[in-house]
Amino acid sequence: MEDVEETLRALLLLALAGDSEAYAVFLTQSGARLRAYFRRRLSTSPNEVEDLVQETLLALHNRRHTYEAAQRLTPWLYAIARYKLVDLLRAQSPRRRVEVSLDDEDGASELQPADVSPAESQRDLLKLLETLPDRHRLPIVLVKIEGRSVAEAATATGMSESAIKVGIHRGLKKLAAEASKRR
Amino acid sequence: MKTDALIAMLARGHPGAPPRAVDRRLGTTVAAAFALALIVVLGTLHPRADLGAAVQLPMFWWKLAVPLVLVALSFAAARRLACPGQRAGSAVALGAALLALLWAVAAADVVSAPGASRRALVLGHSALPCVALIAVLALPVLAALFVALRNLAPTRLRAAGAAAGALAGGIAAAAYALHCDEMALPFVAIWYVLGMAIPAGLGALLAPRWLRWA
Repeated sequence: MEDVEETLRALLLLALAGDSEAYAVFLTQSGARLRAYFRRRLSTSPNEVEDLVQETLLALHNRRHTYEAAQRLTPWLYAIARYKLVDLLRAQSPRRRVEVSLDDEDGASELQPADVSPAESQRDLLKLLETLPDRHRLPIVLVKIEGRSVAEAATATGMSESAIKVGIHRGLKKLAAEASKRR
Repeated sequence: MKTDALIAMLARGHPGAPPRAVDRRLGTTVAAAFALALIVVLGTLHPRADLGAAVQLPMFWWKLAVPLVLVALSFAAARRLACPGQRAGSAVALGAALLALLWAVAAADVVSAPGASRRALVLGHSALPCVALIAVLALPVLAALFVALRNLAPTRLRAAGAAAGALAGGIAAAAYALHCDEMALPFVAIWYVLGMAIPAGLGALLAPRWLRWA
């Protein structure tokens, strides 16, 4: 158990210092834990699991600046997972008060085995990306999907380099918001 | 989009994030809110006429200390609650203990005062405007803090909303204290506390809806 905490924490700290390979490993390993976590709790709607894994990965990415090195990592990770799960359950039954407490589990006891066999996601984030305005969509497509540099994307679009960076940042937040809206 | 493709997309480029983002985001908002509250109080309500003489008196500083202690404690709580997996921490217990102390001292003040002056100690001459102005002044601060928190990641929404509201109330009350010329501790212990409690309650009430992030 401690191994998972230490491994993931070391990976995220490397990522926050700018190591994108460590970040990919962090997201992959976190994704496997999240999949197991959600699969156990969404036994009645297994189709939602992979969507929720993707949404939570997007949330981890957009909120990664709220991880503080002095804190344990797994409580941070599972607090976000639980928050996303409650959001989904509320959306499924808006009239019924969902009795999932955000406070009663401390995360460390939540450590799940990894689940490395993703199901098909129901929602296609790429299609959702198409609905974003150009100023958000183009920077994400050019830099984050096609792998071009920020400078190349700026030349290709006529946007400034800072507008490209802001577009990626805001666009990924917008994408997360749209994804949680369209359930 | 497959999950592996999403991970590749998120990891591509420089994933770094500036350190101490939470402190900087909330700290900037608090500093701006203080500046705004001071401008409003000094510009529209005006500082109390005897400010120069009042700063010589200990009570002036006690009256200022009450909201400033709340600012310090609720900032500590809010910055923790802005991060997933953290609780409000020791600030809540410390705040409750200090509030009990404030009330005990204020009650002793009232009890030891001659009967005829007790009413004035408690009610002063500006109880209603004090409560109303602190609460109203706190509203824009609360809105700004909500915007800041939504860019962080609170997962205990009601607690985070209450902490933001208490912080907003403390900032508003500290600025208002420069205008207010009441000089009795019981007055502060009742009406300042009530004025600061209103935004705190409002924050907790609005949080589930307005602090929600995706």
